[in-house]
Amino acid sequence: MSKLGYFPGCSLEHSALEYDQSSRYVCRKLGIELVELPDWSCCGAHAAHHTQHKLACALSARNLSIATTLGLGSVVAPCPACYSGLKFAQTALKNDPQLKEKFKNELKLDCNAEGKVFSLVELLSQLAPETLKAQVKVDLGELKVVAYYGCLLVRPPKLVQFDDPENPSSMDDLLTAAGVQMLPWDYKVQCCGAVLAVSNPDIQLKLSGDILQMAKLAGAEAVAVACPLCHANLDLRQAQINKYCGSKFKLPILYFTQVMGLAFGASPKELGIDKHMVAAGPLLSKAGINQA
Amino acid sequence: MKIGVFICHCGNNISAAVGVELVARHALRLPGVVCAHTIHHACSEPGQLLIQKCIREKGLNRVVIGACSPRVHEATFQRVLVQAGLNPYLLELANLREQCSWVHEDREAATRKAIDLIDMAVGKVARLQPLLSSKVDVNKRTLVIGGGIAGIQAALDVADSGHEVVLVERTPTIGGNMARMDKVFPTLDCSACILTPKMVELATHPNITLHTYSEVEQVSGFVGNFKVQIRKKARLVDMEKCTGCGACTLKCPIKAPAEFNLGLDKRGAVYIPFPQAVPHIPVIDKSICTYVLKKKCGLCQKICPTDAIAFEQQDEVLEEEFGAIIVATGYELMDWTVYGEYGHGKYKDVITSLQYERILSASGPTGGHIRRPSDGKEPEVIAIIACVGSRDAAHGRPYCSSVCCMYSAKYAMLTREHLPNSRVYIFYMDIRAYSKMYEEFVQRAQEKYGANYVRGRVSKVFERNGRLVLQGADTLLGQPVELEADLVVLAVGITGTASTIALAKKLNISHDEYGFLTESHPKLRPVESSTPGIFIAGACQSPKDIPLTVAQASSAASKVLGLISHDKLETSPLVAEVNIRRCVGCFRCLDVCPFSAIEEQVLRDGSKVARVNPALCQGCGLCSAICPPAAIALSGFTDDQLISQMEGLCSQNPV
Repeated sequence: MSKLGYFPGCSLEHSALEYDQSSRYVCRKLGIELVELPDWSCCGAHAAHHTQHKLACALSARNLSIATTLGLGSVVAPCPACYSGLKFAQTALKNDPQLKEKFKNELKLDCNAEGKVFSLVELLSQLAPETLKAQVKVDLGELKVVAYYGCLLVRPPKLVQFDDPENPSSMDDLLTAAGVQMLPWDYKVQCCGAVLAVSNPDIQLKLSGDILQMAKLAGAEAVAVACPLCHANLDLRQAQINKYCGSKFKLPILYFTQVMGLAFGASPKELGIDKHMVAAGPLLSKAGINQA
Repeated sequence: MKIGVFICHCGNNISAAVGVELVARHALRLPGVVCAHTIHHACSEPGQLLIQKCIREKGLNRVVIGACSPRVHEATFQRVLVQAGLNPYLLELANLREQCSWVHEDREAATRKAIDLIDMAVGKVARLQPLLSSKVDVNKRTLVIGGGIAGIQAALDVADSGHEVVLVERTPTIGGNMARMDKVFPTLDCSACILTPKMVELATHPNITLHTYSEVEQVSGFVGNFKVQIRKKARLVDMEKCTGCGACTLKCPIKAPAEFNLGLDKRGAVYIPFPQAVPHIPVIDKSICTYVLKKKCGLCQKICPTDAIAFEQQDEVLEEEFGAIIVATGYELMDWTVYGEYGHGKYKDVITSLQYERILSASGPTGGHIRRPSDGKEPEVIAIIACVGSRDAAHGRPYCSSVCCMYSAKYAMLTREHLPNSRVYIFYMDIRAYSKMYEEFVQRAQEKYGANYVRGRVSKVFERNGRLVLQGADTLLGQPVELEADLVVLAVGITGTASTIALAKKLNISHDEYGFLTESHPKLRPVESSTPGIFIAGACQSPKDIPLTVAQASSAASKVLGLISHDKLETSPLVAEVNIRRCVGCFRCLDVCPFSAIEEQVLRDGSKVARVNPALCQGCGLCSAICPPAAIALSGFTDDQLISQMEGLCSQNPV
């Protein structure tokens, strides 16, 4: 597991640059070598699998075949949509030898069906908690956080086969090992509204508002996420949520890798925490961390 | 050799896919065949008469019938042969229905296959020999396993006809799940009022011996002659001396969750499961009693006025013989904590249907007052979620549990009677109220008792500001719904039990993947198990309500009475036989025989050979297949008969 293919996907190059920075930082600290797949292409996102099964498979199969060509056994994708797309394609090729053969002959795509496709949460969950604890330099014990998993990280269960689809605990375990005070709550996998933010924003604002409300009720000072879209809906649109719901949330939304990075001693700037819309400064000061 | 061939249309079940006339014409050309006919329904009276007429007039001495599976009508056609004066084992059935017409669409290919099947049957029938069955004595005693309403009803029915019954119950009392219930649909009579008199009747019946806190350990033998070992677990209470005063249960300082109340309250290490328990005698839980574990306490022994506490008591193993066995081991609720969306069991006020029965019951942990487990408060809003673990393939439970729709309506009524100001919501997928007075019952819950029925599944239950919140969809309104409730009752699906599966293995009867016992035929043999002489009744066969359970129990009892009304039973002559001149005494047959029918036999020269006990042999043929020197032949399926059958297939008779 020490060396594996890294598929950042489009979000991590732009809107979620800080997820990319913090993921690379945490993996480096934990001795995991990430080899970014050269010339990787779009995972197809929602557009592809709504258009055509084969197209969706082919787009992800191309990326998997790059990893195979480089002799990389497994691939990790921090973005749950990319992860879902890769995992879906890999499973489809495993279960459909004819499709696999077709891709090989017609598209020259040869994917290793045995290698594993990981989400970053699943990848880090393979490590012993002691390995994580050994890296902790900053005590975040004062920080009260809820982990928000979103929809694709642990679902659909038959495809993902990781953690409990209704009440997951893997991200909580990672952050607990990093010394954070994780709070129990009931909205871990509630829908954030996803891309309805574009087509039907009223629904998204209501759903994301509910999530922030439940996080507040649980006593959280921040929400840890593992998905660029969840992050955008909860952070980027938090002002809109407040307007729509008549609320006054000022809840920092942090990538779980940023929280781990803080515990491992990185500065907030190194982890891109200054890039968020809802400032985490006051919270971090309280925890004794300077923004610089 | 005079063979008659009869090809059945089976209405159009066979003739729709198979050219039956062509098959009959082809059969006429086969060696030994003297007549071949098609019949619309071979099993009907005109069909049977035609076969008998041909046997008499053409002097047939072998009969081939191309019709349905032997499982359906072999016995019928054997009787036809007997009535016409032929040995019933000179019959060969070709299955042209289940194994041909029902599974093929191409008429030409299906007809060719039917011709092959007839070729084989004619090939085999020519080598069949008349066989004679033997007779064995029938033991008239009946064993009933399980002391719920099914077992009680079956035992009483058999015993009332004057026959001896032994009832074995695993737990310290009879009564089963029905004893846990408050009132029962559709008439809302109290469960205890109709059940407890039956429990007492059973315990005092002169023809019934009751063994509670006992388990069936081992079963051998066969229909009419079962040998059963029963383990009577040590109660550590002398049942002769104990008066059931219950003083010991009040003094015991140890506490554990009470099984009968499904963990809603506690019981002592010495306890009587519930006030109407039969027998009304305590039992000591050896896993928690400090006297048993470390010889400390012994308080119960000190205060017992009749000196009935018997710590020295040991398990006792009884050996009994029976002619018939009725299995009535009941059901459990499936483990609903696999449902993460309902909290995996972390919310105290999310309870199961059976727990709610106990809360409603006057003898339950709250004395019949509806109070929720978390804080003992009266709930205002009660939500019932139907189909938790039923009709849910995602959780491996595709089947309907059949009683939940009805008891959900019952809960709405009883709740509103107890707490007139409460509101009851029932989240459902469909309402299944099919039986007598059932639909009216559900209507009454809605119209007279104001139950709020919401059609749609609940996707999530969670806690917010100290109240339980249900999120789901109202699929009739096409809208998401959210409800705040004080108590959530899950209508948890019914499942077979691990202990029934273990028992099924001892009894050599079959069960399905959910732990329900399999009946011999889903329509025509609903209370017979796969093993002759063993019958099944109640929810151990499939989820059932009380009326159906009682009906099935009585049905099983009547089957038992039919069996033990005979003094002797005919055994099937289709059994294995050892040729002792060929047997080398390797006894591999002994290892493979599932029925323990192979014995060692010592010949005069001292050498050991195998012998088949024809009363135990079920004719499965395993021994015959494994025997290295081919010394074992199975009557009706001998090597030369099977080879002749294959020759029929390979003869390429012109069509």
